[in-house]
Amino acid sequence: MAEFATWVLPVFIAAAVVAGLVRRIDLFETFLEGAREGLQLVYNIFPYVLAIYVAIGVFRASGALDAAAQAMSGWLALVGIPAPVVPLALMRPLSGSAALGYLVSLLDEYGPDSLIGRLASVMQGSSETTFYVLSVYLGAVGIKRSGPALAFCLLGDAVGFIAAVWVSHAFWG
Amino acid sequence: MVNAIWVALLLGGLAYGAAHGRLGEVTGAFMSQGGAAVQTSIQLAGIVAVWFGISRIAERAGLIDLLARAMAPLFGWLFPDVPRQHPAMGAIVMNMAANTLGLGNAATPFGLKAMRELQELNPQKDTASPAMVTFLAINSAAISLLPATTIAVRAAAGSRHPAEIAGPAMIVTGASMVVVLAATQVWRRTLARRAGGGDGRHG
Repeated sequence: MAEFATWVLPVFIAAAVVAGLVRRIDLFETFLEGAREGLQLVYNIFPYVLAIYVAIGVFRASGALDAAAQAMSGWLALVGIPAPVVPLALMRPLSGSAALGYLVSLLDEYGPDSLIGRLASVMQGSSETTFYVLSVYLGAVGIKRSGPALAFCLLGDAVGFIAAVWVSHAFWG
Repeated sequence: MVNAIWVALLLGGLAYGAAHGRLGEVTGAFMSQGGAAVQTSIQLAGIVAVWFGISRIAERAGLIDLLARAMAPLFGWLFPDVPRQHPAMGAIVMNMAANTLGLGNAATPFGLKAMRELQELNPQKDTASPAMVTFLAINSAAISLLPATTIAVRAAAGSRHPAEIAGPAMIVTGASMVVVLAATQVWRRTLARRAGGGDGRHG
């Protein structure tokens, strides 16, 4: 599987370049054109990235995120969700790098092959930074009203979190 | 909605910090997060520029069309209001391919391109179209065959079987994908019915 992933991108790049040669397009100019468009796009989305980083940074630094996790951990333990993974579930949709940092600390404290370590890894590996994806993707095209997009994305996260707990208990419980 | 969350996070953080004597940390985060955002964006800029360059070549060479045509039946069902040959289809397919392989950094530029193309088709420019909502929902469910970063972190922590989480992660993402797709399809059918006949899914 890892072997497959190492190959797929180089094969894609080679195929694109060879196909371009066959079609006789100006490869260098075409690449520059795309690169220019890419830079413009990142320039446009930077304010959104900044806004999210500041809001989440403030929320975390105040201790509010930890407190929310603490408040919820009591009844979550009843359904087989260990308290230490709760902050990860709350953080994951908001900030990929914050979640990854928290995962590293969990693996360090409980061991990567413990139930907590495995459950946390499955959660991290099977979900997406929903809030970031939503605001960056919608912001990139100037959408103000997102309709039910957030609801569907949070539904996906909730199902993923519950499924991760369930599957981890089934595999390693 | 994102606006409400943003305000809630910011005000919630400030109020909680004030109540618990952590205003110093809050101020610190306020000052330092800008730099973190710049760093992330600069890294993102490099990756996005390279990928837009390569994908522009692939697009002009006809590769993405080919891939999109192969996957058209499935995506035609998911995105009934996007024409099969439209560039949006190609970008959506590439985004999903990259996501599936755990290549989050490669997936983002294709996702941004998909949103741009979908906006071309969107009759109400300030409101997310049904196709956009479906695309975002699929993205958040993020089906994954290879959570590469997580496996690397586990290996670094000294796990005996760092990759053992790939199978369970696949089951989990499969489950959330099925639920989210079912929900979006029900929502679209309801929209279409409310608008009377098949016209609703174009609105």
